Amino acid sequence: MTLNQQRKLKTFLTGLFAWTVALVLFFPIFWMFITSFKTELQAISVPPSLFFEPTLDNFRIVQERSDYIHHAWNSVVTSFGSTIIALIIAIPAAYSMAFFPGKKTKDILLWMLSTKMLPAVGVLVPIYILCRDYGLLDSKTALVIIFTLMNLPIIVWMLFSYFKDLPKEILEAARMDGATPWDEVVKVVLPLSVGAISSTALLSIVLCWNEAFWSLNLTASDAAPLTAMIASYSSPEGLFWAKLSAASTLACAPIVIFGWFCQKQLVQGLTFGAVK
Amino acid sequence: MKRSITRLLMAPSVIMLLVWMIIPLSMTIYFSTIRYNLLYPGQNNFVGWMNFEFFITDPGFIPAVSNTLILLLSVLIITVVLGVMLSALIDKPFFGQGIVRVLLISPFFIMPTVNALIWKNMMMNPVYGIFAWISESLGFEPIDWLSSYPLMSVIIMVSWQWLPFAILVFVTALQSQDTEQKEAAQMDGATGWHIFRYLTIPHLARPIAVVVMIETIFLLAVFAEIFVSTGGGPGYDSTNLAYLIYNQALLQYDVGVASAGGLFAVLLANIVAFFLIRAVGKNLTV
Amino acid sequence: MSYLAITELQKHYDNYHALRGINLSITEGEFVVFVGPSGCGKSTLLRTIAGLESSTGGTIELDGRDITELASSKRDLAMVFQSYALYPHMTVADNLSFALRLAKVSDAEIQEKVRSVSASLQLDALLERKPKELSGGQRQRVAIGRAIVRQPKVFLFDEPLSNLDAALRVQMRLELARLHKKLGTTMIYVTHDQVEAMTLADRVVILNAGQIEQVGTPLELYRQPNSRFVAEFIGTPKMNLIAANKLVRHEDSLAIDLLGQNIMFPVNRLKGPLPESVIVGIRPEHMTLVDQGGDISGRIELVEHLGSEAYAHIQLSSDQTIIVKAPARSELKDGQEVSINIDVSEVILFNESDRVISVIPEEA
Repeated sequence: MTLNQQRKLKTFLTGLFAWTVALVLFFPIFWMFITSFKTELQAISVPPSLFFEPTLDNFRIVQERSDYIHHAWNSVVTSFGSTIIALIIAIPAAYSMAFFPGKKTKDILLWMLSTKMLPAVGVLVPIYILCRDYGLLDSKTALVIIFTLMNLPIIVWMLFSYFKDLPKEILEAARMDGATPWDEVVKVVLPLSVGAISSTALLSIVLCWNEAFWSLNLTASDAAPLTAMIASYSSPEGLFWAKLSAASTLACAPIVIFGWFCQKQLVQGLTFGAVK
Repeated sequence: MKRSITRLLMAPSVIMLLVWMIIPLSMTIYFSTIRYNLLYPGQNNFVGWMNFEFFITDPGFIPAVSNTLILLLSVLIITVVLGVMLSALIDKPFFGQGIVRVLLISPFFIMPTVNALIWKNMMMNPVYGIFAWISESLGFEPIDWLSSYPLMSVIIMVSWQWLPFAILVFVTALQSQDTEQKEAAQMDGATGWHIFRYLTIPHLARPIAVVVMIETIFLLAVFAEIFVSTGGGPGYDSTNLAYLIYNQALLQYDVGVASAGGLFAVLLANIVAFFLIRAVGKNLTV
Repeated sequence: MSYLAITELQKHYDNYHALRGINLSITEGEFVVFVGPSGCGKSTLLRTIAGLESSTGGTIELDGRDITELASSKRDLAMVFQSYALYPHMTVADNLSFALRLAKVSDAEIQEKVRSVSASLQLDALLERKPKELSGGQRQRVAIGRAIVRQPKVFLFDEPLSNLDAALRVQMRLELARLHKKLGTTMIYVTHDQVEAMTLADRVVILNAGQIEQVGTPLELYRQPNSRFVAEFIGTPKMNLIAANKLVRHEDSLAIDLLGQNIMFPVNRLKGPLPESVIVGIRPEHMTLVDQGGDISGRIELVEHLGSEAYAHIQLSSDQTIIVKAPARSELKDGQEVSINIDVSEVILFNESDRVISVIPEEA
């Protein structure tokens, strides 16, 4: 075999291997998707059926029975709402820490991150009781507040690491050009970090959308986002797989598709820009 | 710019996080020292260490602690080891790389409750599940995963979710590896294994640190997967600390004991965090 | 009267004293170059003048006004950065006009100024491009244009040419010199490249370890360095330094024992008290190779041919190697024994503490 043929074979084997890994990991999602178009009988047939006449009945039933639109709306409101609030609070903090670092900056950042290490169960009881006492149980307000605080450290970190990577000289050039601090932020920093801010927002939305601990414990029906709605399918209807799959597909589709478009930024985001 | 302005800009974030940390935490501390059961209101007298005693002597305590740690370590090892190996193997151009990337990362976006439901029903069900069908086709007895190997089932679900994340981070990191360095090593007579061992692994040190840190944050708090799939059972076989405390608080309404447990979880997390943040913090340039 | 006056300027970092009392006065229209090895404080000095670093002591006065505590944006200075620091999200035209827009200059005036600056820097065709679509040289010109368009009191340049390749660097150097002639604005320029310093400057400021080592015209620094540091820093190849321990003072000359042979140094060129020993400094271009009977002798180790001239690396009997300039087509062989004549009128003497103890002879 010539060196060139060897290289081609190697590329082929790499591709084959990569595709196999990807398909195996993706299979459960694929199966969920397929099953959602089956009848209940087809869904539990052994051996599993791959070829069947697809039906949309399951989706109709899911909407009728558990009001998908209602829960999806809750998910949208809590994810987007908390993300926007968190960004508004985090951007000034990240800006000041990245461009005007003091001796304590690193400590503050690590402390912020360490609040993420505080397990939610440690404060479950008081939060539950506070929500109960203020009439916030099963309310979107409570989820928005909690999601905001939950993601705030990560958002500050991500923005901080993006801002820090902005060439300092560009800001100095703006200062020499006569820019006030306000001009600097509005006319230079923000336009330069549109990408960074949006990928931070994306990550925050994904994390909120998939958050399950607080939404399971603090909501019942009114404010229940999709994670909680799906959990309600776990026991009583556990064997109605086709409907379960339809509900799951509906719950995950928006965020999975969303994620596909921004997976690259997400890696950078989630690793605080430490991996490029 | 003046120090006072920079402080002012940081203030909202810092104050909100302080409040978020201090108020619930001090309430937890207070609750943990009183008798407080939602079923018997009004009898909130001081009981000292009793709630801690109850929690620590609870039959679920030891399994919950060990399950929490086993879950954390297993998923970390699985995702990091497999992640490094797989990403090193696919770190070359091949047909359809973009699609493979998209397929690979997908499980990361699946919400934990759906994750648990897919695996519990369609994969691991002993009668109709895909695994059962595979073992039967190969002539083996199907395994009832959730009742025979509950903790392992949870580990599989969680690893499935986090392996794609690890792979994606490592693949991204590998793209920044110096090709000239690899070529120099090849000229020096290094084999593929040597390059992997002496160049790739050291290059990945920082991404590995980052992956370990982020996963730890989320893995200590695994809850929904257990809640939906095994319900912590059978017995306490798949109960972790988060689930045990949830059980005390919202199923048995014993706020006092749950608070004591919560404090214990905080302590455990801090022990882990102490080592982790210190180790990883050095790796993150500030 | 000085236009920019720096008095006793200090800059302390946490555990590092970057500027140790800088005193400098610059007249209007001067081209001043700060030069020195890395870490000498030249960039810190420039950035402190710019207001990008705050000083920890001393004052800076510009055109009769104390600007020490003024924000950068209010100092009326323009700066060209090493990395150019163009705004990546703006077109060339927007980059050029950014400062004017901030200053709320009228649209018509902005257009006129941008047009004339872009014409003079040949940027007309690039006005709608973004910085990433430009070559290095074009970016450099935009950065300069951005500074010119504002008509500031002083231009600050922070190693502006160091990211360009060699050919482009020479071309831009010329353009900068022309620009200075045309505009006549005061310019302060930081570089570590002594060729840039020598060719561009009206006056060169040599910094070392946070202090000014010497200020002077390029020629003064070359001919009359006041320390060994300056002598070695200016001139390529470097000045040769040979230690001499035995000194005998005669009536009108000083006999300096160089490796067993005496050279006679006129006493009227000495200043200060005569030390026990001296270091003799002599540039490669002030020595000539002769067949025999020179002042010192040695063996050729290596010859570098540059085309227009050659440099012979010669090992002396003390094992020290010196560099001597030789004619381009000299037939020198490695290992050949040679004798060297020293032009005593160009010799510079240093004492043990590396300060100069000779003066240049009066021009005849």
